[in-house]
Amino acid sequence: MTEFNLDAHIPDGPLAEKWDHHKFSVKLVNPSNRRKFRVIVVGSGLAGASAAATLGELGFEVTMITFHDTPRRAHSIAAQGGINAAKNYRNDGDSIYRLFYDTVKGGDFRSREANVHRLAQVSVNIIDQCVAQGVPFAREYGGLLDNRSFGGAQVSRTFYARGQTGQQLLLGAYQALLRQIHLGTVTLYRRTEMLDVVINDGRAVGVVTRDLITGDVVSHAGHAVVLATGGYGNVFYLSTNAKNSNASAIWRAHRRGALMANPCFTQIHPTCIPASDDFQSKLTLMSESLRNDGRIWVPREFGDQRSPDQIPEGERDYFLERRYPAFGNLVPRDVASRAAKREVDAERGVGPLKNGVYLDLSEAINRLGRDVIEERYGNLIQMYERITGEDPYRVPMRIYPAVHYAMGGLWVDYNLQTTVPGLYALGEANFSDHGANRLGASALMQGLADGYFVLPATIGDYLAPLLGTDPLPTNHQAFLDAEAEVSERVGALLGVNGSHSVDYFHRELGKVLWENCGMARSRETLEKALTEIPTLRDEFHKDVRVLGDGESLNQSLEKAGRVEDFLEFGELLCRDALHREESCGGHFRLEHQTEDGEALRDDEHFAYAAAWEYTGDNARPALHKEPLEFESVHLAQRSYK
Amino acid sequence: MTRLDGVPSTEDQNEDADAADRLLRSTGAPVPGQRQVPFPLQFWRSAIGKKWAMAVSGIVLLTYVLAHMIGNLKVFLGKNEINTYAAWLRTLGEPALPRTVLLWGLRTGLTAAFVIHIVAAVQLTRMNRRARPERYQSKRDYASANYASRTMRWTGIIVALFVIFHLADLTWGVANPHFVRGDPYDNLFYSFQRVPVAIFYIIANIALAFHIFHGAWSMFQSLGVNNPRYNRWKRYFATGFAGLIMVGNVSMPLLITTGVVSR
Amino acid sequence: MKITLTVWRQSGPNARGGFETHHVDDVSPDMSFLELFDILNEALIADGKEPIAFDHDCREGICGSCSMMINGRAHGPERGTATCQLHMRKFQDGAHITVEPWRAAAFPIIKDLCVDRTAFDRIIEAGGYISAPTGSAPDGNLILVPKAVSDTAMDAAACIGCGACVAACPNGAAQLFTAAKVQHLNLLPQGQPERWERVVNMVTEMERWFGSCTLHGECEVACPKDISIDFIALMNRDFIKAQFKQRRLTGQHA
Ligand SMILES: Cc1cc2nc3c(=O)[nH]c(=O)nc-3n(C[C@H](O)[C@H](O)[C@H](O)COP(=O)(O)OP(=O)(O)OC[C@H]3O[C@@H](n4cnc5c(N)ncnc54)[C@H](O)[C@@H]3O)c2cc1C
Ligand code: HEM
Ligand code: HEM
Ligand code: SF4
Ligand code: F3S
Ligand code: FES
Repeated sequence: MTEFNLDAHIPDGPLAEKWDHHKFSVKLVNPSNRRKFRVIVVGSGLAGASAAATLGELGFEVTMITFHDTPRRAHSIAAQGGINAAKNYRNDGDSIYRLFYDTVKGGDFRSREANVHRLAQVSVNIIDQCVAQGVPFAREYGGLLDNRSFGGAQVSRTFYARGQTGQQLLLGAYQALLRQIHLGTVTLYRRTEMLDVVINDGRAVGVVTRDLITGDVVSHAGHAVVLATGGYGNVFYLSTNAKNSNASAIWRAHRRGALMANPCFTQIHPTCIPASDDFQSKLTLMSESLRNDGRIWVPREFGDQRSPDQIPEGERDYFLERRYPAFGNLVPRDVASRAAKREVDAERGVGPLKNGVYLDLSEAINRLGRDVIEERYGNLIQMYERITGEDPYRVPMRIYPAVHYAMGGLWVDYNLQTTVPGLYALGEANFSDHGANRLGASALMQGLADGYFVLPATIGDYLAPLLGTDPLPTNHQAFLDAEAEVSERVGALLGVNGSHSVDYFHRELGKVLWENCGMARSRETLEKALTEIPTLRDEFHKDVRVLGDGESLNQSLEKAGRVEDFLEFGELLCRDALHREESCGGHFRLEHQTEDGEALRDDEHFAYAAAWEYTGDNARPALHKEPLEFESVHLAQRSYK
Repeated sequence: MTRLDGVPSTEDQNEDADAADRLLRSTGAPVPGQRQVPFPLQFWRSAIGKKWAMAVSGIVLLTYVLAHMIGNLKVFLGKNEINTYAAWLRTLGEPALPRTVLLWGLRTGLTAAFVIHIVAAVQLTRMNRRARPERYQSKRDYASANYASRTMRWTGIIVALFVIFHLADLTWGVANPHFVRGDPYDNLFYSFQRVPVAIFYIIANIALAFHIFHGAWSMFQSLGVNNPRYNRWKRYFATGFAGLIMVGNVSMPLLITTGVVSR
Repeated sequence: MKITLTVWRQSGPNARGGFETHHVDDVSPDMSFLELFDILNEALIADGKEPIAFDHDCREGICGSCSMMINGRAHGPERGTATCQLHMRKFQDGAHITVEPWRAAAFPIIKDLCVDRTAFDRIIEAGGYISAPTGSAPDGNLILVPKAVSDTAMDAAACIGCGACVAACPNGAAQLFTAAKVQHLNLLPQGQPERWERVVNMVTEMERWFGSCTLHGECEVACPKDISIDFIALMNRDFIKAQFKQRRLTGQHA
């Protein structure tokens, strides 16, 4: 175990002035010198694309790596709801401070104040930037920007573009990126997967990639490496994440020395369409906004087989309204998810697999008329109908919670630098701003804040002193070693030739995690998972079957590498969950709840970010703690009763 | 900072960029080249420019076909009417212009329209072939492309062949043994006495109607005329125009050959 | 349900391809079309045969990765639906389904059903953006955008870059994709300064790769985002105008 000084480099001074002070005090690179620096950006989601485009505009030489065939396909494209910004265009009392406060509170007081405040500050510029790029945000008749409200906030500060906000924001960043590619500042490597980070003398000096079409293993050298590779939700197999989202990049960085923070903080989203069978490949999110008009219920009778319209009002249990009279159906995500789980566990679930609860729009349809509902939710309802074949105007929708977002990720300081100098992490890949629970419409905000505004301002601090040095040549031993390791790994996966497909192992891992480390966890289940996962991993190494070769497109091989990493990462996730003897945000430990079943935080012992250090295969990771100090907000127990 | 010189984006970048381009190389997609030329040529070079030219020449041709049909329909009014009309054509523009000068002017314009229209059609067809050298190996199931739109090339060729024969038949007389210059009335009746000729006329004019059914609709799109309020009128216009031309033009060979109308 | 699938297999960009027929039993009507391929692939792997390569990611109709020509239709028979959102209940039990990759010169086949759609990025690179370097933006509410304009721009901006328009077009034309991007930006006030250059550059780039438009309308029917061919007319109009415009004097308006 190394001695780590987990210094977050939080600037001095009053909260509201920290960022400005910091921007002034960091070292800068002179414009004419910037082209002498090469920065490698891995990942083309909101965080990666915006960072690469902005660094390119500044004049750095940027290498962009993505496994997609075009940057526009990154998982960020799927975000539906919206993006927050403290514009206060509604005159409803919003402010930077309020957005900051809501985010810290929503995160159950497990995030770093200074980071969150900066996020709230730049949120305002993000909207301006996106509008200037041509993002067609929803408008009012007068031509001004429209807003909607989202869970966990009492103000209307969410900007949106129909149900496709993520798509439009990503296209804006993608277009800015392609403009830079056109101008020659950014070089794009598509269908190229990063498989390792190369460290020399304790600094990140490049990455090793595999060309997914030709199988060539190639190194890229740079002065700094930026990982914007998204979240790890797919470790659960079934999640709302895109199928190819994975943890490999951050896991490889972790194995090379970057600390992994709070992996057990995963967000479960309450309103997803329940799985319909074992072949189910992924879960689809239904926007949270449905909870504004939909009432959530299950039959009172256990195992009630009647169709919903046969169940009279008196025999329905509107369990959220019953348990949380003040917030009703609009309680935050974690609370709503657990409540639904409780009903399903009590065998009152509905649908063919008894794995959902009803979300019923009929009352709202009667009250407001079908037209209003159609205008508000038309495309969601259509999507639901397409997937399930049921018509929500007549039959209540069925929903169930599903894994959605990863609050945890690589530990980064205020500059977004990991514990490895020269290695940065952005967007969902880092752990920074959401604490133990993320508020709706805040992930897009964070990704763009990191990419457009934070990293471009802070990276100079690391680069400036390197002026005059060249990137390490890629025939340097450090690169050759890393390349050899990667090739060996690929060869090993192809060589097993066992009897089970990669998906089989992924699905098994998902089951272990969902059952033992899902919406509710306990010492017992976690310990069970911690024995099951290593067994599964051994089985994987002995019995996986990857057909085809390594010299052409081989999607099984791609998956195999990712699942191999998930099998290691999943264990760390459980270990983190086991060590955190409290319930907070997305992490609910059965042992730590109030009498009426609510999460019980332990600020005295656990007000810290848990940062794990990799200590070797099959060795126990070492825990480091970054204490969280709350100077501006008062730690309070969340209550939604 | 957009570059207007049209240089492909990655060719002039650093070596790495070329490496990034390797994907296209390894998958064998050609990177087409392109040169810069002055304005009208540049416009003509673009497919949209060619379509614009096709639409404009198409309008000329449509106008001609309509006017020509109206003139020809006088054949039903009797020999005098149509022959007077034919003679009038030759004196058109008099006395401001010498005899037949305006007619020759119109003929030149018409020929130019045909040439532009056909050259563009040929070039666009080749471009489209290049864009999909390997066809689908299974059966296509078209949902919107109708018979008329998919046969534009064939109906166009039929019309072109028809025009050549038609000129030989009624203008130069080489394909009409009874040809008498300046007597279109008799020429027509002689011509249509031959059943195969009449059938060819009928087929060609049906083909023309199909061509117009799609062309008179799509030309608005090529010209960029689009307003959701009036869009459906484009369809009515094209259908009406095509129907009118078909009925008018087919009626002549049909009625004359079957003897419903006789001299 | 039982389904017979005839699928195009091709081991590499320059390899010869051909159809291969498989029978899949136990298909549930709730399955998506891609899940049908998942179970077929599992069966192939169990048999020791290489699984079929196909592009996919979001599986909810937004990333534009999935791309299958199903029974002669791009993205299959349903309108406004990407392959990943197509469910088996739309097919008859015992159906025979033929699946091919997109075919176009600009979309070379990489393997099986995967094609390379890089050419689309080239079109965007050529001008599919508004030059607004980070940090230079004025307040978001400074420039008013009429709701109708922003709604129409959004209709166009909804394009997911899947390439179905090209795949479906008898001419292999990319007019719908290009028009969607050109018009998304050309309609907005923020897009005006670069309006004429944008349309010329993007169209020029497009025509280096793709065919021309005869207005077959197949693209519109295949488009999973229901993008209207009206945008093609608007793009044509802007392109033609750009040819005749004195650009120095007409920075501002249509
Ligand atoms: C269904 C859904 C709806 C959502 N809705 C909202 C919402 O309304 N509002 C909100 O704020 N947030 C929302 N979120 C969350 C938000 O979308 C994500 O958190 C955010 O987009 C993450 O962006 P990112 O840039 O960090 O990563 P991503 O967009 O995931 O991008 C990761 C990139 O990294 C690349 N990559 C990864 N690994 C490698 C590797 N090894 N080699 C090469 N490239 C690699 C990938 O190609 C990809 O381009 C939603 C999420 C989901 C799943
Ligand atoms: C009097 C005769 C003709 C008339 C009135 C006519 C009219 C038209 C019109 C209005 C269009 C639509 C143009 C557009 O969409 O912009 C068109 C398209 C076309 N015409 Fe003709 N045309 C005639 C003769 C011909 C001939 C002789 C040929 C070829 C040999 C031809 C080939 C085509 C083709 C191929 C198209 C489709 C072009 C494309 O969209 O790619 N036409 N025609
Ligand atoms: C049934 C239909 C038609 C009839 C009866 C008909 C009849 C005639 C006649 C009688 C002439 C000779 C006129 C003269 O010398 O004074 C003529 C000339 C001509 N026709 Fe037609 N025509 C028909 C259809 C068409 C069509 C469809 C086209 C074109 C697409 C066409 C193109 C021409 C041309 C180019 C000339 C030569 C005109 C000139 O002298 O410059 N005709 N036609
Ligand atoms: S226009 Fe439609 S079909 Fe074409 S790429 Fe865009 S979404 Fe796909
Ligand atoms: S199908 Fe093709 S011809 Fe034009 S209208 Fe669509 S691009
Ligand atoms: S998989 Fe993303 S659109 Fe179909």
